[in-house]
Amino acid sequence: MRMIWRHAFLLCVVAFALLPVVFVFSAALNPLGTLGSSEIIPTGASFDNFVKLFSDPDHSFGRWMFNSVMLALVSAFASVFLGICAAYAFSRMRFAGRRVGLLAIMLIQMFPQFLAIVAIFIIFTQVTELFPPFGFDSIWGLLLLYLGGALGVNTWLMKGFLDTVPKELDESATVDGASHAQIFFRIILPLVSPILAVVALLAFVGTMNEFLMANIFLRSDDTKTLAVGMFGLLGPDNRNVNFGAFAAGTLLTAIPTVSLFYWLQKYITSGLTLGAVKG
Amino acid sequence: MSFLLSRVATLSITAAILLYAVPPLLKAEAWVALAILCAAAAGICYLYLSKRHVPAKYLVPGTVFLIVFQLVPLLYTFSIAFTNYGDGHRGSKEEAVAAIERESLKEIPGSPDYALTIAAKGGDLVFLLVDRETKAVQAGTADGLSNVEGAEVSLTGKILSAPGYEILPAGDRDAEVQALAVPTARGAIKSSGLSRAIEFEKTRAYAADCDCVRGEGKEWKASSETGYFVDAQGNNLLQGWQVNVGWSNFARALTDPNVNGHFFNVLIWNFVFSIASVFVTFVLGLSCALALHSPRMKGTKIYRALLVLPYAMPAFALMLVWRDMFNKDFGLINRVLGLDHDWMGTPASARLALILVNLWLGYPYMFLVATGALQAIPRELTEASGIDGASAWQSFRRVTLPLLLVALTPLLISSFAFNFNNFNLIRFVTNGGPYAVDNNLVGKTDLLITYTYRLAFEGSGGLLGFAAALSTFIFIIVAVTSAIAFRRTRAQEEVYS
Repeated sequence: MRMIWRHAFLLCVVAFALLPVVFVFSAALNPLGTLGSSEIIPTGASFDNFVKLFSDPDHSFGRWMFNSVMLALVSAFASVFLGICAAYAFSRMRFAGRRVGLLAIMLIQMFPQFLAIVAIFIIFTQVTELFPPFGFDSIWGLLLLYLGGALGVNTWLMKGFLDTVPKELDESATVDGASHAQIFFRIILPLVSPILAVVALLAFVGTMNEFLMANIFLRSDDTKTLAVGMFGLLGPDNRNVNFGAFAAGTLLTAIPTVSLFYWLQKYITSGLTLGAVKG
Repeated sequence: MSFLLSRVATLSITAAILLYAVPPLLKAEAWVALAILCAAAAGICYLYLSKRHVPAKYLVPGTVFLIVFQLVPLLYTFSIAFTNYGDGHRGSKEEAVAAIERESLKEIPGSPDYALTIAAKGGDLVFLLVDRETKAVQAGTADGLSNVEGAEVSLTGKILSAPGYEILPAGDRDAEVQALAVPTARGAIKSSGLSRAIEFEKTRAYAADCDCVRGEGKEWKASSETGYFVDAQGNNLLQGWQVNVGWSNFARALTDPNVNGHFFNVLIWNFVFSIASVFVTFVLGLSCALALHSPRMKGTKIYRALLVLPYAMPAFALMLVWRDMFNKDFGLINRVLGLDHDWMGTPASARLALILVNLWLGYPYMFLVATGALQAIPRELTEASGIDGASAWQSFRRVTLPLLLVALTPLLISSFAFNFNNFNLIRFVTNGGPYAVDNNLVGKTDLLITYTYRLAFEGSGGLLGFAAALSTFIFIIVAVTSAIAFRRTRAQEEVYS
């Protein structure tokens, strides 16, 4: 009997969770493609919205997708690498300033980067003049900026995971004459690959969703990411008309993240919890 | 072997970066940046070539990015907060004077008139000017005039060739041609049509003896407090420069009646919003985790997969979808419920809607971490309390919840800090609105971060110094709140284990 209440509660929450997702789905298939005609249950099925999305001469959705995925992939890989290097040092080595360093990382991250938008804007105005490929209107400048946040909560998460890997492994390898780099690349990295995957996924999703910095950086249509571009798609004048195309774009955007997410799901729970319990 | 290889790799990457970065810095004569760059490169070479300092080898790559793109902007923000940096106050005093003089240029009847040929020298645009009377040839750049020898001049005054210059066809690089002003003693020479240039006279000029701008029979005195040139009536010239204003930006946030009423309202809503968000997401996430946490429960896998779906969807897009579901005229919610309520137009429902959307976005994360933490609590503990006669609620309240909170408090605090500055949600769902009729600068659902963003980058905007001061306030508030919360937990001791 008590199980029924549990099912009833969970079904309500699932309905809440699915409501907007189903709405997006049916809006994407809705042949009229306007917000006002979109219902929860699809009233028809056509791929007009997908065609409209890719053929719109004012917007280059394919290009945004490429920019976003490229930026998210590179920044995920780079930030995982930077993070695991630091986590390795914090977990395995004892050196002056270790505690201070760990605490400093936590503190600096507590001030989100975008609070410094004014300063970042001024700094990158200079950078744009000197090194245009890494300045405004380029995803590579944005990449550098994102990597500034590579050492942060994720470093703690990875340190927590590394702490669970027995130290005897390193010690026996050292006795066998392995250098610290060999231990790191050949022994530790393969062992911690689940947490690397999780952190990479979180970084990937985070970059895909980042809007604030990208909106300041990317001005021309070709360099925009999905977040900036699709926000523009629903501008004040065409909110109703473009909604179908926007919903279609949302579905396409969701495919990479949702599939990665379900593939890695069992690691995500353990990864997040270890980070929570071990810090 | 690998020792050698990694050294070669490090050195070549450093060399490549230097090769790329040094020439533009040299050209811009940015000596300080150049010195920092070279010192950093030398430090990196030393670090990776030596066998010592092993921890630093692993820490430096991430730390370099952390310092350059996180710490420096942070400190820079603090320093901007003490200036009046913003629209009209972007540059130095010299730049302001140059801009004022440039804008006062006027064509004076009978002023010198030149035949113009456009040319390039080393890629830079040059005006080749032939004096109509003396036929003397001069080259004009943004730096000033210089004489040209050995030029071949046609009868009309057009230059056919000049040693060291590449003659460009008329009409080439049009935007640059129109923008170029060659400074002269009286003013500047600018193009007027394709083959003619005129010396314009500046009607306002800076005079060092009085530290003022004179012209048109008036005098504007420099004020080092406001960073403007001000005349006797107190009117200032549009172009100002950056000055240090001390604590006045901070004081303005707290005392200026046009600002501080909003500031405190925004601050209170900011706290309500972030605490409510953390609370509702945690309660719903934990409830789901508890509902699934039973060995007799069926279908846990499918429930889990569906419950975390919002976490995997692209958040920015779904925020916009929620916004449009709440739309008054076309939105799903009004159509399904048969209402005509302007959700985003009334403060209370807009705030409620925001927290609902944030609940949808945020509970899967809480569900995931609560599931993990629940599994880490030994079942014997709750069983023992059951044997001692505790009801299910009592054993949850007295045993499970305290243990969960110990494990999850750091995450709750970081969730608070995140929501305190949840820019995306506000920007996408309400954009700060609804706004009062008489005030389009701050809306009823604005957080400090969106308010700051608007001051700096949107609307009448450009108040960068003031925006930096507000950012500093946000830093302090988040840090103090988090520090207090951390103190109340044992989190700090545990993390060093």
